[in-house]
Amino acid sequence: MTASHSTAAIRDALADRVQEVTARYPTARSAIMPALELAQEEFGPLDGNAYQAIAGLLDVPEIWVFEVASFYTLFDRAGKGTYHLQLCTNVSCMLRGAEEMLTRLEQRLGVPAGGTTADGVFTLSRVECIGACDKAPAMMVNADYYEDLTPKTLDALLDSLSAGAEDVA
Amino acid sequence: MTELVLLKNAADPDAPDIAVYEKSGGYEGLRKVLREYTPDEAVETVKSANLRGRGGAGFPTGVKWSFVPKDSGKPHYLCCNADEGEPGTFKDRLLMERDPHQLIEGMVIAAYAVGCKTAYLYIRGEYGLSVQMCEKAIGEAYAQGYLGENILGSSHSLDIHIHKGAGAYICGEETALLESIEGKRGQPKLKPPFPAVAGLYECPTVVNNVETLACLPHLFLRGVDWFTSIGPEGSPGPKLFGISGQVKRPGVYELPMGLELGEMLEEHGGGALNGAFKAAIPGGVSAPMFPQAEFDVRMDFNSLAAAGSMLGSAGVIGLDETASIPRVARRITEFFSHESCGKCTPCREGLTWAAKILRRIEAGDGAPGDVEQLEMLCGGIFGKSFCALGDGAAWALGAALKHFRHEFDALIGPQARTG
Repeated sequence: MTASHSTAAIRDALADRVQEVTARYPTARSAIMPALELAQEEFGPLDGNAYQAIAGLLDVPEIWVFEVASFYTLFDRAGKGTYHLQLCTNVSCMLRGAEEMLTRLEQRLGVPAGGTTADGVFTLSRVECIGACDKAPAMMVNADYYEDLTPKTLDALLDSLSAGAEDVA
Repeated sequence: MTELVLLKNAADPDAPDIAVYEKSGGYEGLRKVLREYTPDEAVETVKSANLRGRGGAGFPTGVKWSFVPKDSGKPHYLCCNADEGEPGTFKDRLLMERDPHQLIEGMVIAAYAVGCKTAYLYIRGEYGLSVQMCEKAIGEAYAQGYLGENILGSSHSLDIHIHKGAGAYICGEETALLESIEGKRGQPKLKPPFPAVAGLYECPTVVNNVETLACLPHLFLRGVDWFTSIGPEGSPGPKLFGISGQVKRPGVYELPMGLELGEMLEEHGGGALNGAFKAAIPGGVSAPMFPQAEFDVRMDFNSLAAAGSMLGSAGVIGLDETASIPRVARRITEFFSHESCGKCTPCREGLTWAAKILRRIEAGDGAPGDVEQLEMLCGGIFGKSFCALGDGAAWALGAALKHFRHEFDALIGPQARTG
């Protein structure tokens, strides 16, 4: 999780790229989603400063930015751990043991779905269908897919991610 | 063995490269359209081929195109719906990752037919690789003159922009998708006016699914007679089926429509994972399930509709004898409850309530009358919600209750059966 950045810092950093995406649309409002994505990529969780910066760049009311940020689940307002584990528990994955995988993850990480570990390394989420039904159960870690999970491969994945997090620290 | 059309390049790791795609006959369909067809003739061709939408509703594509007014004086838009999110569906992801030029070529043809100069490709945010592959393909298509001004020396010009979704199932509903491109919350709008008349930015707009558009290069290159020779009357053309759940060989299969559900699961899906099948969902979780006794239903638009379900997104989910139907119904209902956009009361409140009852039944705390309560809720949602999300949810739950009432009763206890 990152500290809050000032509206001016966000605005200056994104100005060129936001202008570039705005050119794809006849109205500036359409660029709210791509602008939020850019802000999140660069500055982490979205907050009031980010909404204000984007509203300023696009010359739209701040509430338009907030209502979009609060509707779509991929826009993160709460902050996430280094690794965001997004386990699909929809029908095809459930039929292949996803709910058991969820219990295993909750036990190993010591947090319920929706929680972040105390060291800030893992956030665990149960998500809806991620379109990997033929390789169920499946999970995304940040933007990467991990498929055909078994208790063994799940444990190995957590071990390697934990080791990686230690290296980074 | 079925000739692969949509998936003919899917096994070739180099197919996303434009030179390889061209070598396989790529962009020849577009050349032919620009050389031999007026836009009106192109619309008529798709109409007579009866290409039906592959996203879920199965609406005839050419008819949809013909609703676009000729003299509105406004720009026309084409939006490709790549917000694949119907649980059990993973075919569009494959098409975009493995053969993105096939989709781009289809989009250029569709844009020509409906007189559009700007198209948006709306890809769900989770599909990072699809975005990457389509971005690269679009760049190559510009460089080779298949996009941009005066495509292949014709008067047709087109720009394609990718718009990424951000995790909302409802944006697969076409009016919600358009709201999302306009930079708003993805909530469906009242129809009429239909998008063809007043869609994106209040301008005439066509929204087509990835697989629908991917059919176009082949349809034009090989002709209407070839297209209608595949599959049964009313459901022509190549088709992808995603088979998943408790089957031995899950995957995307290109098969003609009209096969029996049982044949699809046994011969292509490899049979049940454990013992025998108990039931199957034919077209994504919105589509009502069939018990094994009805596995002779044919997998095409008209047969499935006549049997009280739908082809939907052709995501076929096998449930074997170890599956608990109340548990599956609970999970499906939770999904719809989570994805309800909140705009209308029957869907928002009804699904929250139904999910609560289903969790209670599964936990062994069900009470006599719970099944009747669920049936009452289905009746209060179906046909009374703002868009198809609520309908699909109630329809799917209703079928589980109808065919597998005994499994719900068994969890609730003996008093339920007498009460």
